Amino acid sequence: MNEIQLGRRPIQSRRQWIAFLVIFAVGAVGVPVLNLAVPEDSFFYVPNYIVPLVGKYLCFAMVALALDLIWGFAGILSLGHGVFFAAGGYAMGMHLMRVIGREGVYASDLPDFMVFLDWKELPWWWWGSEHFAFAAVAALAVPGLLAFAFGWFAFRSRISGVYFSIITQALTFAMMLLFFRNETGFGGNNGLTDFKRILGFSLQSETTRVGLFVASVTALSGAYLLCRWIVSSKLGRVLRAVRDAEQRALFSGYDTFYFKLFVWTVSGVLCGLAGALYVPQVGIINPGELQPANSIEMAIWVAVGGRGTLFGPLVGATLVNTAKSVLTVAAPDLWLYFLGALFVGVTLWLPAGLVGLRLPKAWRRKREPAPGGRE
Amino acid sequence: MSDLLRSSRRYRLWLVFLLCVQALAAPASAEGDEAFASALAGLGSSSRTRMIEAVEQLAALGDDRALPALEALADRRLRVGPDGALYSLTSLVGGGEVVKRIPSLEIVSEPPPGLRKAKVNNRVKRAARGAIARLQLRASDPAVRLAAATKMRTQPSVESAELIRAALAEETHANIAEALRVALAQLQLESESVELRLAAAETLGEFGDAGLAPQLRDRLQVDSEGHRPETDSQVVRALEASLAAIERRASFIEFGANLFYGTSLASILCLAALGLAITFGLMGVINMAHGEMVMLGAYATYVVQNLFLEYAPAHFDVYPLAAIPVAFMVVGAIGMAMERSVIRHLYGRPLETLLATWGISLLLIQSVRLIFGAQNVEVANPEWLSGGIEVAYGVVLPRSRIAIIAFAVIVVSTITFVLQRTSLGLRVRAVTQNRAMAGALGVSTHRVDMWTFGLGCAIAGLGGVALSQIGNVGPELGRGYIVDSFLVVVVGGVGKIVGTVWAAFGLGLLNKFLEPAVGAVFGKILVLVFIILFIQRRPQGLFAQRGRAAEA
Repeated sequence: MNEIQLGRRPIQSRRQWIAFLVIFAVGAVGVPVLNLAVPEDSFFYVPNYIVPLVGKYLCFAMVALALDLIWGFAGILSLGHGVFFAAGGYAMGMHLMRVIGREGVYASDLPDFMVFLDWKELPWWWWGSEHFAFAAVAALAVPGLLAFAFGWFAFRSRISGVYFSIITQALTFAMMLLFFRNETGFGGNNGLTDFKRILGFSLQSETTRVGLFVASVTALSGAYLLCRWIVSSKLGRVLRAVRDAEQRALFSGYDTFYFKLFVWTVSGVLCGLAGALYVPQVGIINPGELQPANSIEMAIWVAVGGRGTLFGPLVGATLVNTAKSVLTVAAPDLWLYFLGALFVGVTLWLPAGLVGLRLPKAWRRKREPAPGGRE
Repeated sequence: MSDLLRSSRRYRLWLVFLLCVQALAAPASAEGDEAFASALAGLGSSSRTRMIEAVEQLAALGDDRALPALEALADRRLRVGPDGALYSLTSLVGGGEVVKRIPSLEIVSEPPPGLRKAKVNNRVKRAARGAIARLQLRASDPAVRLAAATKMRTQPSVESAELIRAALAEETHANIAEALRVALAQLQLESESVELRLAAAETLGEFGDAGLAPQLRDRLQVDSEGHRPETDSQVVRALEASLAAIERRASFIEFGANLFYGTSLASILCLAALGLAITFGLMGVINMAHGEMVMLGAYATYVVQNLFLEYAPAHFDVYPLAAIPVAFMVVGAIGMAMERSVIRHLYGRPLETLLATWGISLLLIQSVRLIFGAQNVEVANPEWLSGGIEVAYGVVLPRSRIAIIAFAVIVVSTITFVLQRTSLGLRVRAVTQNRAMAGALGVSTHRVDMWTFGLGCAIAGLGGVALSQIGNVGPELGRGYIVDSFLVVVVGGVGKIVGTVWAAFGLGLLNKFLEPAVGAVFGKILVLVFIILFIQRRPQGLFAQRGRAAEA
């Protein structure tokens, strides 16, 4: 890389801070005001359906950010981040399921699907889910622990490159099979849905939706700053060393295992957070999120935007998902063609992503071959 | 029960008489035809007594040609014309009816006016059913006899005991005789004579079909008052021994079946993973579209099948053989095109290759969906691949699976031969081991890359031909195999054909043996966990590369 600078560096330049704060203000203040305070016939009015839709994109952007942290900066391509996303989502979904109380179809203390399965009491892994604080902690801790355990085993035996990618695919595939089972106790095929309220606020009301939107903007901004901080620190430079030449980093005396494990776990936690914010806005979580194909799609969000930049994945996730929303409605047959062509085109002609396009030519030549692309 | 036995003794005498009648009737077929015609005409009589007489005459004559008439009679489908001629009425599935003349069974387009229903009551019906059973048990076609005997075996009725005994006396076919003996033993299990019960218990134990176990258990079941249906201690012991024998046999069969289905799954995995072992193992290219190559192979088979149906229906049976080279070449060509257009630019960047080939897989799936539709298409088995071979009673091995195992063996040996003994194989191995050196020695590495990738894809296409014969063919066919095939290659050790074969075999058997114990889904999860742990222990797979190649 070109940044051979020693000593402390600010995590963002002044210009970057200004851009960051402007974008944050638009998201956290502008959108709510335009949705709630502006009259509906105004040109500036943000329609109600847009709010949760963009909120969803923000969650995907956070997933892309998490994936970029390990792929773009440490060169580890995970094709199983759906697992952490779903783990966070399920932790939140379980809580939302519990706070329905007796308003379910069967008017029971248990979630409807358990009544349907003729279960008499709550299984132990649902204990505590009625408390929001517990769910919030679980939504971060469960993916974190899962990532930690998986990373521990995988990195300790020096699994890297495509092997790692394939094993993460197997992980999400196994999890999908597990969650499709009714016995697993997470609603099986149908997953968890029919949520009514969060922290006492109805999920149907506009203000709750705006509240969730603001929470997503805040969480994403926080995650962005965290990632900025990580990649601009010394830790970040070691990660780049791992990406570019792990053997050399090892010989230089860095135990890359702990660096990789740390950033991998952080990435898992961020994904869990994204899942936890996603579920109340979308209103459902089911094993479909664990499909291997979903996790691969996440990689293209990052690749389209540009790996190894933190801003790129946010752009990529938003653009790809907007295209998905538009195309699957307007021309469903074309969507897979578009997505397939995107995968092929980006890897062939756009190794640095969309963000890379804007860079001056001289700088771009230095960046090739694409970051994270080499073993 | 005793009068059943007595009547069956009487029946035996009657049977001797009957045999004599038959023996007399057989040489004089003209006389037999006349008797048959007059008996058949009796079915159209308006007197029920006369009808029952006619039914019994037909049964005694033992002529298979009476079966359609008797079946029509028993199902109240028999019609009588004004001239006394007989017709059967068959309703069609889509509505409407077909009238057939009896006994010639030719279809009558203009049925004569004034058809009336034959007068059937339950007595006539019972007589007709008995006559059908008797005729079927003595039919000249062994298949009909076996079907009748099996029906007797699975639903024995007290009335059939005499019939069975009579049929058993003249049965020459060993399988049918055995089915009859078992049916008789099932009936005799409840007879009053201790010897008969004892003999029956032993017969059933020897036969050993798992379907008999509930009946044996019922005889041994102790009720709330401490009684069991079987009172004699000797018979109880015999029953217990038979039950144990049946259970032993059942577990043995289950083991054999697991072994067989495991081997067949292993063959499929092997065919799917072999191509991957070449592209991934030898070239280091992660081809996520590999599953789609399998799918294209299956669709190529579908197209070949349709061409055969269209242009050469007479030779339909050989279409899978014709599909093999077609799938090999078509899929191989697509693979080579892929290599030239995309993969060539991504050598040395495995993660990018992975994403690009994933994109290609999406394009291929969507194209197939648009061309052939999103629904599964139907690929029919030719006759020699449908049905199965019965290796023991109730154990049928499907022919298609046997063929797949054989096919996998042939493909693996051919590929091994190609890689080890031909000049293409030599070049491929040279480029794999040291690209720069091979190039320096005059091997055109780019061309070898193209051929190798094409070969890997073509083998996947062959896997598709095999899969089309045992499962559904749809656009998503390949998705189910991609993760499995990668795991096979990884477990086997990258770059080793022999490792792929062993890993496919191991994983196939593991899957099938875990399935009955823990269920299909948990079995699969356990296998995945096992693989993840295995790779912890041996990151290089079963057969690790040694020497310099391992460092590359």
